[in-house]
Amino acid sequence: MLGPSTAWYLGVAAFLFGTGALGVLVRRNPLIVLLSLEIMLNGANLALIAFSRHAGNGAGQIFALAVMAVAASEVCVGLGLVVALHRRRLELDVDRLSELRG
Amino acid sequence: MILAYSAGGVLVWIVWVVAGLACLASGVAVVSFSNPFFSALALIGNLGSLAVLYLLLSAEFVAAAQVLVYAGAVMVMFLFVIAYVGPRTETPWSGGPGWQTIGAVLAAAAIFLEIIVVIGLKAGNRLAHSDHVNGTFGSPGWIGRLFLTDHLLAFEITSIVLLIAAVGGVILGSHTQRAGEEAST
Repeated sequence: MLGPSTAWYLGVAAFLFGTGALGVLVRRNPLIVLLSLEIMLNGANLALIAFSRHAGNGAGQIFALAVMAVAASEVCVGLGLVVALHRRRLELDVDRLSELRG
Repeated sequence: MILAYSAGGVLVWIVWVVAGLACLASGVAVVSFSNPFFSALALIGNLGSLAVLYLLLSAEFVAAAQVLVYAGAVMVMFLFVIAYVGPRTETPWSGGPGWQTIGAVLAAAAIFLEIIVVIGLKAGNRLAHSDHVNGTFGSPGWIGRLFLTDHLLAFEITSIVLLIAAVGGVILGSHTQRAGEEAST
């Protein structure tokens, strides 16, 4: 394989996953939480595709496409929730939306 | 021949460094922008640079699907909802670092360092040489044949997941409308 080895791609994937986890834990706007979640999913996708190329096996790419479909579903439901919160005039702050907390 | 190989290798390295740095910088930008609109635009840049990395890994179909599905469809929906909800700027890390922020930074750094250490200590030698693949690796026809032969169940489950998500989105939207009508009457 030309260029960097698989380990470099995995480093980028790890950094993306860590950055996304930081965003999910720190930010309070649910829209930015969803965007950070996308970064985490993309980090996992990059690791899957890097291993797929490393092993010469197509299952990783199939898995990455399935992750993309799950991410699209998650965005559909998540944005539906955000729009529902906005219609009920609730504040878009994930720390304050704690009515269902046990 | 050796010269051509090394020149191609240098070119691949340059493209990789540019795309990887763009990927990391836009990822940090998504988390640190206070305006969600700018965060979404930075995420589009992140997805585009990731598509370049996928192309370097000879996953052409996944790169095309990444640009079409993510940067095309999902991000347009995101930008639409951000415009619908209206501009709400939130200052990240406001009021000094609380215990939540410190814990989050520690957790993210721990995940990152653990992966790096595991790669460096255990898998560095094994990951240095990857298998050779032929020209059809990652092409749309090859992916389609895999989907319809070896991974047919995953393909069908993916379609069911998308259908259920669409139904859930419709239910979320229509339920709040009815509640609003009841509140107004």
